[in-house]
Amino acid sequence: MRNLWIFLNRYNAFFFFIIFFTIGIVLTVKNNAYQRSVTVNSTNEVVGEVYQNLNVLKKYITLGTVNDSLAAENAKLKTELLTLKNIDSAKKIVVKDTLNNPQYTYLSARVIKNSITLRNNVITINKGSADGIAPDMPVISPGKGVVGFVMDVSEHLSTIRSLLHKDTKVSVNIKKSDALGSLVWGIGNSDYRKAFVKEIPNHFKINLKDTIITSGFSSFPPGIPVGVVTNTAVATGDNFMSIEIKLFNDFSTLQYVYVILDKYAVEQKELEAKLPHE
Amino acid sequence: MNSRLVLVNIVRWFVLLLIQILLLRNLSFYNMATPFVYIIFLLLVPFSTPNLLLYLIAFVTGLTLDAFYDTLGVHTAACVALAFVRILFISVTMSRDGFDEPEPTLGNMGFKWFIIYALLCTTAHHLVLFFLETFRLAEFSYTLLRCFFSIIFTLFTVVLIEFIFYNRKMR
Repeated sequence: MRNLWIFLNRYNAFFFFIIFFTIGIVLTVKNNAYQRSVTVNSTNEVVGEVYQNLNVLKKYITLGTVNDSLAAENAKLKTELLTLKNIDSAKKIVVKDTLNNPQYTYLSARVIKNSITLRNNVITINKGSADGIAPDMPVISPGKGVVGFVMDVSEHLSTIRSLLHKDTKVSVNIKKSDALGSLVWGIGNSDYRKAFVKEIPNHFKINLKDTIITSGFSSFPPGIPVGVVTNTAVATGDNFMSIEIKLFNDFSTLQYVYVILDKYAVEQKELEAKLPHE
Repeated sequence: MNSRLVLVNIVRWFVLLLIQILLLRNLSFYNMATPFVYIIFLLLVPFSTPNLLLYLIAFVTGLTLDAFYDTLGVHTAACVALAFVRILFISVTMSRDGFDEPEPTLGNMGFKWFIIYALLCTTAHHLVLFFLETFRLAEFSYTLLRCFFSIIFTLFTVVLIEFIFYNRKMR
């Protein structure tokens, strides 16, 4: 302590200078608006200069990446321009799903060929692989009801295996009881307004006017209304019962359909392909 | 420090500050050279003044100047810097208790000593003053030039005043 005191005393001129000079500087900066503003700015000037030089170097180094991204953006804008030039009334509609944001994308398409009178009916629509359509994608009608599955795809057109086809099976639920069944068409029936739900376990009690919805098991999103029960007593002779339903959608007047693009369809297919075959 | 010296210094303080504030504040050559003659007071404070007192005097002088120049702190810092250089210079050039003369005037100390003393003190004062006033490095060379011309101007004036008032004591 004594030594410190001696040291301070010996160089008191210097320490006094530091003290008083600091006071002076502080007074200057605190009380003069100009100096105060410059205190910050002058440092910025130096720092800014350094950063500017650094930026030039950085810009040069990243030139390649920037070029690539610009080219990609150009291409994207050009395609957008082309699409905008021939406007299509059918647009993409996105379903908001807060859980898997969004899992399903609805792609609207116009029906250009349809049949209802054959045993196996096929619909043709004006969207194809160029729009992201792939085989086995589910198709629904704009109001209520399912339409079928995509069968084949060309670049700008695709064919849909309509519900009115012997190979089309859609997994459905009775809305009230959650009983699972499968929707088919055409067993002893050629009415395009009617269909059958088969393989419902016998113990379920089913009323007339019960709503049938999709179960979500056969690539359709769950909960799409399909039709209402019109006849519950269709004899089958086994442990399952069949019911007759009236379809919500009218295939004879079908104009537009929505193709549902499922984000996880491929993933699901791959996952399920790993299951050992029975 | 006898009472006569104190009185002389007080009078000198008032006179020099009045000159500086009323007259020299309005004086400037091409916006390049501005004289700050009031520092002559700080140069001539008696040898026997303790360091702390010297700093306090410098501080108060600077504050007074700042009050009139509207640049609070600038002159204060400059005067403190001057006091520091003055103490350094005197401790280097003179033995610790060998003050034959009461005041470091031109007449007492001789021309050569005084001119170096004044030059160093003025340089320290002006450098701090101008750079604190400009407060940016962007105009560094211009500020340095202004500083240089002002040092010459002030030094010239200081030596002139010394010659006028203290020449008769010349050894």
